[in-house]
This record gives sequence, structure tokens and C-alpha cells, in this order.
Amino acid sequence: MSENEPIKRVSLVCSKGGLDEVYPSLIMANGARMEGIEASIFFTFFGLNAIVKKTHKNLKVATVGNAALNLAMPMLKMPITMPFPTLIGAIPGVSNFATWLMKNEMEKLDVPPVDEFLEMCDDAGVEIYACKMTVDMFKLTIDDFVPQVKGIMTVGEFYEKSAGAQIIFT
Amino acid sequence: MATREIAGVTVEIDENGYMTDHTAWTKAIAEAFAKEEGIDELTDRHYIVIDFMRKEYEENGTGPSIRKLNKQSGVNTKELYQLFPGGPAKKAALIAGIPKPQGCV
Repeated sequence: MSENEPIKRVSLVCSKGGLDEVYPSLIMANGARMEGIEASIFFTFFGLNAIVKKTHKNLKVATVGNAALNLAMPMLKMPITMPFPTLIGAIPGVSNFATWLMKNEMEKLDVPPVDEFLEMCDDAGVEIYACKMTVDMFKLTIDDFVPQVKGIMTVGEFYEKSAGAQIIFT
Repeated sequence: MATREIAGVTVEIDENGYMTDHTAWTKAIAEAFAKEEGIDELTDRHYIVIDFMRKEYEENGTGPSIRKLNKQSGVNTKELYQLFPGGPAKKAALIAGIPKPQGCV
């Protein structure tokens, strides 16, 4: 590939299922399509939460063991340097609150909720797949997934599909 | 400020080739931009998007997101990608004579 050649295809791997861990893949895939770049997302391990019908609307921001939460402090009118104690994060409702806060901020930026975002990506031509090995591990079937999921693939098929693409793991 | 000639008139453009003064825009300019982008003919459906983008720009100072286009313009995301292949928001903004949209979604 020559140095300044535009990117033609991207293949994203989404391996984590927190709200803040799923948004980057969706934003990058959709953003690729907006630039005329072909895009697909391969959901694997806990990332599958984002495409399972029973869970995709309820993704959460983790407030325990998340040492980077200080970054969200300005949303509460507190300094960005203030740490967020993990013990407070363990109090029931705190994760729900942090999740609500992020969803609220995202809405202000015109970023849709995950279910609507999956529809938007699909309409834009993003191909969405689930990873066979983790689908088997979590005892899931194709019927458990939102209709935007095009299929269940092995890692080999994923690499085949990704021919000529930049692979981005998140 | 750079200028270029399009559809027989001279217009001011920014570094990305987008018009800087949307009031200088005409349908003839839109058609010329469209041809350059590989869209042979602008249909009524294209103009629904173009008019919506221009209205949004006039009201908010920036072009709409794809999400807003999908919900409010009357042209859904799927059709939007068919009408403006290879980057709908960017191409539609160029053809509509407004600056390149700044949003990430």
C-alpha cells in the first residue's frame, strides 16, 4: 500500500460490551461509511452484548475498577483531576447513573442510542457479524441477535472477509 | 480566499473545495458539482436533501447529521447512501453549496 493511498475498507473487532466500549466501534464504522469507506464490525466475547436483543439496550458504564472515570467528572461540574473511588462505584445505582449521564451527553451530540445506531450502521451499509466461538461459548443462536446481524462467522471467515481491509481491534 | 469557476460563474471556495458563500449557490452550480461527483442527474429526491441541508445550515450554521437527515428530511439513511454514493453528508453538502459538515456521526 502506498503512503497516501486512501483507506478503502475497515474491519472493526468489538470485544468488550460496556456502553463506552461499544460506541467507538459504532462511531468508527458509521464514520467510515460517511467517508465512502467499506466497513464491517465483528462482535466477539462480551462485545456480543451490543447485538443480543435482550441486552443491547441496556449496556452500562462500569464504575468499579475504572480508574479513568475522573475524565467524566466535568459532567458533574467537578475537576477533571478528581479520582472516582471504586467503592462509591459499587453502590447500587451508581453505574446506572453514570450510564444515564453518558447517554444524555451522547444524545446532545446527536449520537443515537445503541439500538438505533445499529440500525443506522446497517442502513449505511456496515456489515455486522457475531463471532462463532463466543456465540457457542455463551450458548447463543442467530435468533438471539438483532436483525442487523448478517451472520455468525469463524475467525477464519472474518479474516477472509477482511481481505484488503485495515483491521481495528477495540 | 480561493475561487473557482463552475457553471459559468466564479465562486469562492475553502481549502476543501466547498463554497464559502451559500447565497451565491444556484441549481446550475449544484448540477455542475453533482456531475463532478459522478451523479449524472439531480432528481427531486436529491433536492429534498439539498434543500433540507441548506435550510439547516441557514438556521444552525452547520449542516445536519445523517441521523437528523434520516429523521427529518423525508429521505432515509438507505436512500441517502443511494442518492449520494461514497459519502452522503460530504457530497450533499458540496452540492448544496454549504461547508463540509463537522460532526462525527
